[in-house]
Order: sequence, then structure tokens, then C-alpha cells
Amino acid sequence: MNYLNIIKNGIVKDNPTFVLMLGMCPTLATTTSAGNGLAMGLATMAVLMCTNFVISCMKNLTPDKVRIPVFIVVIATFVTLLQMAIKAYLPQVDKELGLFIPLIVVNCIILGRAEAFAAKNSPVASLIDGVGIGLGFTLALTLLGIVREILGAGAVFGYAFIPEDYNILLFVLAPGAFITLGYLIAIVNKLK
Amino acid sequence: MKKLDSSLLNMVLVLTCVAVVMGVILAFMNNLTSTPIAQQKEKALADGIKMVMQADDMTVSRIDTLRLLDNKNKEQVFVVYNNEKGAAVESTTNGFGGKLRVLVGFDTEGTILGYTLLEHSETPGLGAKADKWFQEGEKGCIIGMTPSTPLTVSKDGGQVDAITASTITSRAFLLAVNNAYNAYINQKKED
Repeated sequence: MNYLNIIKNGIVKDNPTFVLMLGMCPTLATTTSAGNGLAMGLATMAVLMCTNFVISCMKNLTPDKVRIPVFIVVIATFVTLLQMAIKAYLPQVDKELGLFIPLIVVNCIILGRAEAFAAKNSPVASLIDGVGIGLGFTLALTLLGIVREILGAGAVFGYAFIPEDYNILLFVLAPGAFITLGYLIAIVNKLK
Repeated sequence: MKKLDSSLLNMVLVLTCVAVVMGVILAFMNNLTSTPIAQQKEKALADGIKMVMQADDMTVSRIDTLRLLDNKNKEQVFVVYNNEKGAAVESTTNGFGGKLRVLVGFDTEGTILGYTLLEHSETPGLGAKADKWFQEGEKGCIIGMTPSTPLTVSKDGGQVDAITASTITSRAFLLAVNNAYNAYINQKKED
């Protein structure tokens, strides 16, 4: 399979947020600002690349009936590693997203890709799939974050350009996440 | 290579091996990061104390841990970092999303010099704004006030503007500040 195609699939055809509709919980919860969305997307991408690669490497050593527990142990390990690394070396990110990092374990994108791709393809292809899906997720989260931050806080990546009186607080709150996500899904699927 | 059968032996073996290997990796990483994490925490606290005392250079002369009962008879723990300008007091209340741990700096008269949030789980974009909202020059500025009469939000008839759409966080924050003040005054009386 062509590696470029795998990446393109992850971003467009199989975009985890706009097409597969996986991992909605972190999508809605962390995209209050563009920066948070980007950081969460990159964190998920890092975990997804590692887990996809490792799970693909050991796919023949994993008996079918225990594959889910094995996958979950691998995923949980990488998420915990990431969490410790962020706590130790990126305290600023930990302050903003610390609460959501452990939740990557239960992000269905990761288990979904392990099942649907890594368990059937070569390690390198799985790694590339991790990059593609990860990029798709990151782009979607950042886009959602940008829209919500502009409408809700009048800023992009923390740089405010709309006076506070014209901010629509709703978009920072949960309902704004659902509204924005709904419109973005509609637009992306129309354009596709 | 052929895929391993789902025999009982294989399953037990594989699951155990995976768990052990992952456990070893985690233990190694924990060992590697525990010192930097502890350092980060210490540095955050030291920076926090300097910041809330509005001082570039000062020494903490004494650290007191106070245990007081609140009006519901629940024990509350305060840590008072005494220094030459007054004291930085660590105080904890329940915010909207969970524990809200605040460090407040008082001069010897009990006037607020500064504050910082040590730990919080408030809503990003709303309650989380508390780290800036009550600072000097912001809308809900509390710097320079003395909580001898407890500080309250304007909705409760007080003099402090609450964070927009985050009254619960604002109340919790001011309660933490008031508690910190009381703990500091209490401790001074005992001295």
C-alpha cells in the first residue's frame, strides 16, 4: 500500500472526527481554545503512532481471544509514559491538559485503529497510519478549537482581536462544542 | 509466522509477559521522571511564593502547618510560609471542578500582596480565568484589599466582581482567600 495514500486516508477519507466520529469525548472537552486542541491532538498522535507500531509488531504473538486486553495494556502504558514525560518536562501543558491526558487510554480512535489497521498490517504501514489518523485528529481538533476560540473568546491561539463585549460565551461552553462540531461535520462532508 | 492459538496456556503466557514487560518499562520511566517532577513542583511553589509576595528575593524563615476547623467542623489545613515581608499562605477549597489550591501573599498588616493558583480543575476558558481575573489591574482585582471583613462577590453584596459565568469558582476562590487571611491572623496571635 502506498504510504502517502495511508496518510491522505487518515486526514480526509477516514478522518477520525469528521468521518469515523470516534473519540468525541476529548474532541468536545478539550477544544475550548486552538492551543488546547492542538496539544491534545499531538498528544493523541504520539500515543497512536507508538501503539500502532508496537501492536502491529506483536500481532502474531497475540492470541485472538486476549487481543483486547493486550491492546489496552499497551495503550495504557504509552499514555502513562506520555503523562509522566509531560509532567516532568512540559509543566505548562500539564497545567492546561493534565486532566485529559489519562483519558487518551479510553479514546476509541486508538483501540479502533489497533483493531482495524495495526492488527492486519505491517509495523511500518501501521506507524504511517498512526501519523495519518493522528494528523487528521489534530487538524480537526485545532479547527474546532480555532472556531470556538474566535467566537467564544475573540482570539486565536491566545491573541485576542475582538473586544470582549462581542464574545459569545456559549461557544466556550459545552453547547458551543456540539454546535460547532455539527456545522463542521456538515461542511466537511459537503466539501469531500 | 503463524498466529498463536488461543489456547489457555498461550493466553495466560502472553498476557502475563505483556503486563510484566509494560510494568518494567513504566517503573523505569517513573524512576527517570520522578526527580524532575518533584523539582518542577518545588520550583512552582518557590516561584509562587516569590510572586505572591511581590519580591524578587526573599527567604522563607519558617513554615507552619495549621489545622483549623471550619464552621462545619471539618478540618482544614493551611501552610504558612513566613518571610520578612509577611507570609504566603496556602489554602484549599472546593471549586467548581474539584480542589482549588490557592497561595495568597499577605504583608504584616494582612493586606493582600498577590496570589496564585497552585492547583485547580476549573473549566478552561471560564473558571480557569481565576489565575488572571483577580490580579492587579484586572476586573476583579483583590490586590491591596484586607479581608478583615470577608471578601464576597458583588452578587452576594460584596465588593469583588465575579468572573463572568463562573460565580461558583469566584466564591470558592474568595473563600480560600478569606480562610487564608484568618489562618494567618490566627497564627500571628499565637506568636
